[in-house]
Amino acid sequence: MTQVEAAPIAYRPTRPPGRSVRRSPSGFGLGVGFVTIYLSLIVLIPLGAVVARSNSQGLSGLWHQITQPDALSSLRLTVAVSALVSVVNAFMGTLIAWTLVRDRFPGQRVIDALIDLPFALPTIVAGLVLLALYGPTSAIHLRLAYTRPAVVIALLFVTLPFVVRSVQPVLMELDQEMEEAAKSLGAGSFTTFRRVVLPNLIPAILAGTALSFARAISEFGSTVLISGNIPNKTEVAAVHIYSQIQSDNVSGAAALSTLLLLIALVVLAAFTFIQRWAIRRG
Amino acid sequence: MGISVRGVTKRFGEFVALDDVSLDIPSGALTALLGPSGGGKSTLLRIIAGLESPDSGVVEIAGTDATTLPPQRRNVGFVFQHYAAFKHMTVFKNVAFGLEIRKRPKDEVRKKVKELLELVHIEKFADRLPSELSGGQRQRMALARALAVEPEVLLLDEPFGALDAQVRKELRAWLRRLHDEVHVTTVFVTHDQEEAMEVADTIAIISAGRLEQVGTPDDLYDHPANDFVMTFLGPVTTLSGDLVRPHDLELRAVPDAETTEATVVRVMRLGFEVRVELVCAGQDLWAQTTRENADRLDLQAGRTVHVARTTSATGAPDPQPQGAGTQTAR
Repeated sequence: MTQVEAAPIAYRPTRPPGRSVRRSPSGFGLGVGFVTIYLSLIVLIPLGAVVARSNSQGLSGLWHQITQPDALSSLRLTVAVSALVSVVNAFMGTLIAWTLVRDRFPGQRVIDALIDLPFALPTIVAGLVLLALYGPTSAIHLRLAYTRPAVVIALLFVTLPFVVRSVQPVLMELDQEMEEAAKSLGAGSFTTFRRVVLPNLIPAILAGTALSFARAISEFGSTVLISGNIPNKTEVAAVHIYSQIQSDNVSGAAALSTLLLLIALVVLAAFTFIQRWAIRRG
Repeated sequence: MGISVRGVTKRFGEFVALDDVSLDIPSGALTALLGPSGGGKSTLLRIIAGLESPDSGVVEIAGTDATTLPPQRRNVGFVFQHYAAFKHMTVFKNVAFGLEIRKRPKDEVRKKVKELLELVHIEKFADRLPSELSGGQRQRMALARALAVEPEVLLLDEPFGALDAQVRKELRAWLRRLHDEVHVTTVFVTHDQEEAMEVADTIAIISAGRLEQVGTPDDLYDHPANDFVMTFLGPVTTLSGDLVRPHDLELRAVPDAETTEATVVRVMRLGFEVRVELVCAGQDLWAQTTRENADRLDLQAGRTVHVARTTSATGAPDPQPQGAGTQTAR
C-alpha cells in the first residue's frame, strides 16, 4: 500500500513559466528557408507584380488612378460594408457558436453542418440564390437587389462561418468549472460571462472578425449579380477592378488592387496587435 | 447548525447518484465525505453548493433553507479538483474576484488579498498567471480565492486529487492547520481513506448513493456499521467466514479452543511489519505481525501455526435491516 502511495498519482505536468517556447536551433534554418520560398512563389511575387504594375506610371499616376470618383466610391462602399459585416459577425458568430456548443436542441447537427455551406458553395451560386430570393421576381416580395443592403446581405452570407468556426473550438475547450467557481464567488450569469467567459473568447472572436473583414473586402462572386454593379452606388472594389480590366485600364485596376492589399494588411496587423494586447491585459 | 441535508435524492437519467441521503454537518468542523469513485459524494457536495439541484430533499445552510437558492446567493466557497483558476487573470485578480463582485473599496480588496496570499504562502506570485504556478500553488490560490468572500461554509471537491503524492501529503497537513486557524465549517470530498482519517474531525461514508455511516475516524475504524465500511477503511482478511483486520490476528505455536490451524504460504518482511500469507481450511488469509513475533515463531513457508483473533478485534455487526432517519455526526 505504501509503495502505491509513493508513486505520483495523476501527475499533471505544468507548463514552464513564460509563454514562448524556444525551438531547438537545428532544423530552424531549413524550415524557415522552405516556408520563405513557398510564400514568395505563391504570395509575395504575385503581390509584388501587382504593386509594380500599379506603379508603372509613377506615384502621381497611382494617385490619379485611385482618386477617380468611381474608384474611391467603390472603395468607400467596400470598406464601410465590410466593417459593418464584421461587427455583425463578431456578435452573431459568437452567439451562434455559444448556441451550438452550450445548448441542446433538435436539428443541432444539421445547423452545425449548414454553417460551412457558404464556404463550400461557389460564391457565384450564393449570388444566384440571393438574386432569386431578393431579385425582381422575388418569391417573398422583398426586392433588395441592386441596393446597398443587398451588398450587406451577400457579404453576411459568405462571411458567416469565420467567427463561428474560430470561437466554437475555444468554447468547447473552455473549463466550465471556471464559470461554476465564478458563480460560487457571487457572480451572476451576466457578470460571469463578461468577466470569465468573454475574456477567454476575445482572441478567437478577433481572429474570426479579422478573417471575415479580409474576406468581405475582397468579395467578388456573391456581389457581382445581386449588387447590379451601379458605379458610385453599389459597385464594390473587386467588381470595379474587374470592370477596369474589361475597359482596358489595367493600371487603374492594379492601383486599386494595391490599395485593397494595403488596407487588408493594415487591418490584419491591427487585429493582431489588439489580440496580443487583449491577451496580455487579460 | 452548519449544514443540514434532508432526504436528498438525485438521478442522472437512469443512474441514481444519491438515494434519500440525510446528513447533519456541525458548524465549525472539518468533515470528510469519503467513498469510492462514482458513489455520489461529489454530487452531494455540488448540491450543497447549488451547482446541482436535488430531485427531492432539502438543503439548509446556517439555518436557512438554501434548496432553491442559486450558487451565487449561498455564500459558500468551492474548491475544485482541477483548480478552476481564472486563467486570464493574475493570481491577485483571481483572489480579488469575489471581493470585486461585491464592490468592496479598492484599498480593502488590496489589503484582504494580500493577507490571504500570505496565509496560503503565495504572496510572491501575486502578479503571475495561474499557468505559471505549480499544481499545489494553484490549489492554494483557489483556496485563498474561496476564502476571500468569507463563506459560511467551505466545500472542497477532491482538492488534492490532481497533485502528486508528496505535495498532497503536505497540503493535507496544511489544510488541517489552516482549518484550526480559520474555523470555517469545511466539507471535503475524498476517495482516499488515509486522507480522510488524517484530516477530518468527522467522516461520512457514502457509497452507491447511500450514506453508510457517520462518525469520528476512530469510531468508524473501531466500530464499522457494516462490512463495506470495514473494508473501505482499512485492510481486511477473512477468518472462518468473518471479516477481520490482519493486525487483529494473533499467530501462536500452541493450539487451544480459540485457535484455527493454518499453514504458512509466504512470509514478507516489510521493515517494521511482517506480512504472513496463510491457508486455513483451503482459504487464503493474511496476517500482520511484528518482526519479533515472526522470529519467535520461526515463521517460514510450510510451517503450521494456530490463528486466533485478539480480544480487541474489530468486526462489523451482522447485517440487519437499515434504520431510517437522520444520522448525526458527533
